[in-house]
Amino acid sequence: MPVDDLSRFKQTYFDESAELLAVAEAGLLRLAPGGVDMDEVNAIFRAVHSIKGGGGAFGFGELVAFAHEFETVMDGVRNADIPVTTGLVDTLIRANDVLAQMLSYAADGTEAPAGTTDDTVAALRRFLGKADPAPGAAAPPPEPAALLPDDEDDEAGIFGDALAAIQAARDDRPAAALPGAIPDGKVRWTIVFRPKAELLLSGNEPTYMLRALRRLGEAEIVCHLDRLPSLRDLDAELLHLSWTVTLLADAGVDRARIDDVFEFVADDCDIRISAEAPPPAVIPPAEAVSANAAPANLPEPAAPTAAPAAPPAATTSSPSGPPPGGAKPKANGNGGDHAGPTTHTIRVDLDKIDRLVNMVGEMVITQAMIAEHLRDLPPGQFQELREGLEGLAQHTRELRESVMSIRAQPVSSVFSRMPRLVRECAAATGKEVMLVTSGETTEVDKTVVENLVDPLTHMIRNSIDHGLEGPDERERIGKPRAGTVHLSAAHRSGRIVIEVTDDGRGINRAKVLSKAIEKGLVQPGASLSDEEIDHLIFLPGFSTADQVSNLSGRGVGMDVVRRNISSLGGRIGVYSAPGEGSRFVLSLPLTLAVLDGMVISVGEERFVLPLTNIVESLRPKPADLHGLVNKCDVMMARGEYVRLVHLHRLFGIPRAIDDATRGLVVLVETEDGSRLGLVVDEVLGQQQVVIKSLEANFRRLDGVAAATILGDGRVALILDVAGLREMSRHSGTTTTAPTTTSALPALQDQADQRQRQPV
Amino acid sequence: MKKTVMTVDDSRTMRDMVSFTLRGAGYDVVEAADGQQAMSAIATRKVDLVITDLNMPVMDGLSLIRKLRAIPAHRTLPILMLTTEADDSKKAEGRAAGATGWIVKPFNPDKLVSVVQKVCG
Amino acid sequence: MSSSTAIAPVGGSRSASSGDGRTDLQALNNAGNGTEEQYVTFTVGAEEYGVNILAVREIRGWTPESRLPNLPDYVRGVINLRGIIIPIFDLRARFGGGMTQVTKRHVVVVMQVGERTRGILVDAISDILAIGPDAIKPPPDVDSGLIDAEYLSGLYTADDRMVTLLNVDKLFAGEHVDHEATPRAALPEQT
Repeated sequence: MPVDDLSRFKQTYFDESAELLAVAEAGLLRLAPGGVDMDEVNAIFRAVHSIKGGGGAFGFGELVAFAHEFETVMDGVRNADIPVTTGLVDTLIRANDVLAQMLSYAADGTEAPAGTTDDTVAALRRFLGKADPAPGAAAPPPEPAALLPDDEDDEAGIFGDALAAIQAARDDRPAAALPGAIPDGKVRWTIVFRPKAELLLSGNEPTYMLRALRRLGEAEIVCHLDRLPSLRDLDAELLHLSWTVTLLADAGVDRARIDDVFEFVADDCDIRISAEAPPPAVIPPAEAVSANAAPANLPEPAAPTAAPAAPPAATTSSPSGPPPGGAKPKANGNGGDHAGPTTHTIRVDLDKIDRLVNMVGEMVITQAMIAEHLRDLPPGQFQELREGLEGLAQHTRELRESVMSIRAQPVSSVFSRMPRLVRECAAATGKEVMLVTSGETTEVDKTVVENLVDPLTHMIRNSIDHGLEGPDERERIGKPRAGTVHLSAAHRSGRIVIEVTDDGRGINRAKVLSKAIEKGLVQPGASLSDEEIDHLIFLPGFSTADQVSNLSGRGVGMDVVRRNISSLGGRIGVYSAPGEGSRFVLSLPLTLAVLDGMVISVGEERFVLPLTNIVESLRPKPADLHGLVNKCDVMMARGEYVRLVHLHRLFGIPRAIDDATRGLVVLVETEDGSRLGLVVDEVLGQQQVVIKSLEANFRRLDGVAAATILGDGRVALILDVAGLREMSRHSGTTTTAPTTTSALPALQDQADQRQRQPV
Repeated sequence: MKKTVMTVDDSRTMRDMVSFTLRGAGYDVVEAADGQQAMSAIATRKVDLVITDLNMPVMDGLSLIRKLRAIPAHRTLPILMLTTEADDSKKAEGRAAGATGWIVKPFNPDKLVSVVQKVCG
Repeated sequence: MSSSTAIAPVGGSRSASSGDGRTDLQALNNAGNGTEEQYVTFTVGAEEYGVNILAVREIRGWTPESRLPNLPDYVRGVINLRGIIIPIFDLRARFGGGMTQVTKRHVVVVMQVGERTRGILVDAISDILAIGPDAIKPPPDVDSGLIDAEYLSGLYTADDRMVTLLNVDKLFAGEHVDHEATPRAALPEQT
């Protein structure tokens, strides 16, 4: 890959270096003799170290050389070899300044004037107890050659052994593929590779080394099984194989390239390498090494020339092949400073996108404000203005959607982590589990995606640990041995709905209830519906596992999941059937920024209802309304009885319409499908609103999801339909048995569903 | 299937460079700014190779390597350490901790890719 | 939107008005010296109160609030402060004097307390005082049943007026406690 490609990182490097310099400076200013804070010293060291590291990548030799001096002294301070004195601190601060200068020269692309660093280097070296070299001799950059593994020292020894090795290899199996004379310009290498048994435990993988050898030329690989123990004694984590590789490579492939393959394992293996070249052109490997490897940081010149000359190498699949090859011509062709390969993606700081989101939000408000003023103008006039505004509204909406889509990510990034989790859980519990996922491409805001990981992890663990039966038990009751956990995602009503379904035993209600009573979560004798019992598992401190298992029974449980989900503006519910399994349904908003709403008025107050909750609004006829046990009004809507909730009663708003036949009923639906009729004065219109936090400066309120700012600058509350439903049940206008309510105010969702049945 | 490489470095520049280079070479890359972040990230997703800096705040590279090796699932996970320190003692320390190999900074992209291929294909 | 009126503090010649309806407190801040701290004082009925000027972000004219449901009357509601939503507390109602009948002359003192911004509705700004710590008298030992003394940080006498200095951290502390800890709902509301 050409060095030009690096230029794209230069800005990051300079930005980061500026931050690091500030860190170092702040640390240095606090550094004083006496109480030396080692964390601080380490932070300074790291800052300089990082600047040096990055500088090296861009070839800022002088800068790196200077940073190296600086770093060396900081390292001494770090190891307490150099005492912290005022003089030292002064010098270090000066060094930091010089480093800043060097960076700015590098950023400008200019050379630092000769001698810029001399005095400071001299001063720094005094602390190392080194002789002060002649000024002007700024330290050379740390020798790149020294950074490379050295390898050519012990040739004689290797060659000596290699002959025996070749013999051994040939005895094992006569070399058939590459017999006879070595073609001109080629070298035949024989590599005997006998790794230590523990090789795998350092994460090294011989297969990749053999593959790497193959990339260097035509290779014949023979595997030796002589050390393979009997099956009974076989330890899968140990390596018992060894190999002999006969490699016919270009003369350009030098010993260093081969040594490089074994760079990390040379100490742990018996490796013998020998070469045979055609008689006329003996290439002493040692020389080739020093000539080629010294300019270590330049692209290897050997690679492109070697490729066409060694056709077999091209057939091995090499992930590195395309990028360097593809990038080079472009970079060379353009020659400009933006000569990197054309990319179709850019990386953008999330803050910038957030600012954009905020601006779009302000724009939505401004546009609503203009619309509001326009409404006050005499009708029939300013037609162009009205049309223009309509266009603006459309564009604003599109802009909003585009901006939000930048932040959108498919949930697959979370789903893809689950198979591994399932495997681990299955192993830990001894169960057989099949994970089925669907809807991975469903997109949702990045922040939502990130926050899904923990809850999903927990829910899946819960399903496997508590839901699924062991394989034997499943077989006994006629289920497949392997349980299935189904993870799905879908968009529904402007929210993302994620379901975790298992085909296990379902929630053991008797056990759950007795546990809840035992823990004082439910009063003995309280009559709870099945669904209410199921929902007990969301109460804090609830755990049903008989034994605390490794997985989910750690005292944190579904209550934590619920709290996490709730903090994202989401909800979670559970549906369970004994013997058939459980389904957890989790719903979350798609974004945390803007929503389509319907503005309604009640008395002098205005509220926003999320459009996604609204089924329709209608003015009921007196015949549609019924009293229910004198406590609750219900209305017949679309052939279904719906409970009416008077918003003004619930919120204590004066001067509002109480008679639903004179006001309006907005039929709303929550994510779980249950419906409610909200009695309001008027529906004012549909509008995009920007979600503003009420909690940032105040706190959460029952029945209120958030707030927004309307076109006239006034604040309106965004209603939370599910919250309203729940409030209305507590306010006594409900048929739900009060005993249940007091025993367990929490679990009302399904009670409401029951109420939807015609009475 | 794409292999996933995790780059652990407190320097954004380094992470960017490693990511860019390896993505260009067909790998998926996840980033972590220190050992602790790396530990929590690796707990939730499959990683085929870890490339870690040694000098980092919170949890340094050697501790990260030791912690990873202590987990049975990661006993044979390839772990490369990034080091500017050319001295063999650092390498030895890394190997003792369980590192698979090392990459010497500064590195060029080709070198990075070839080392990565060397240990994770 | 148009009701943000310029309010010039009554007795303070050191004040500066930035002309956009908000008093420029930065200018006021710079006027202090020594260990004296500056207090913005305001009136509610016949009484005068003061808060540390460092907590005060701006002073603005009354703008109609949006009511919040089911809260005590001293929580008047919320207003839009340049895109953020802040609660407005009625100081008169907080001290048991009933809700303020607001007019255009009423004033909201916008304060920063910790991470939160909030407004206090008062009758009028009266002064900016530089008060040394020695000049602050401890609040009298009043029956805590009558007055919750927690939010009184001291008393100060200016000429012949008594100024009650308020501890803004404590004044409306109760209204900021989130109720999250209570496991109230199986399906919690959206927040």
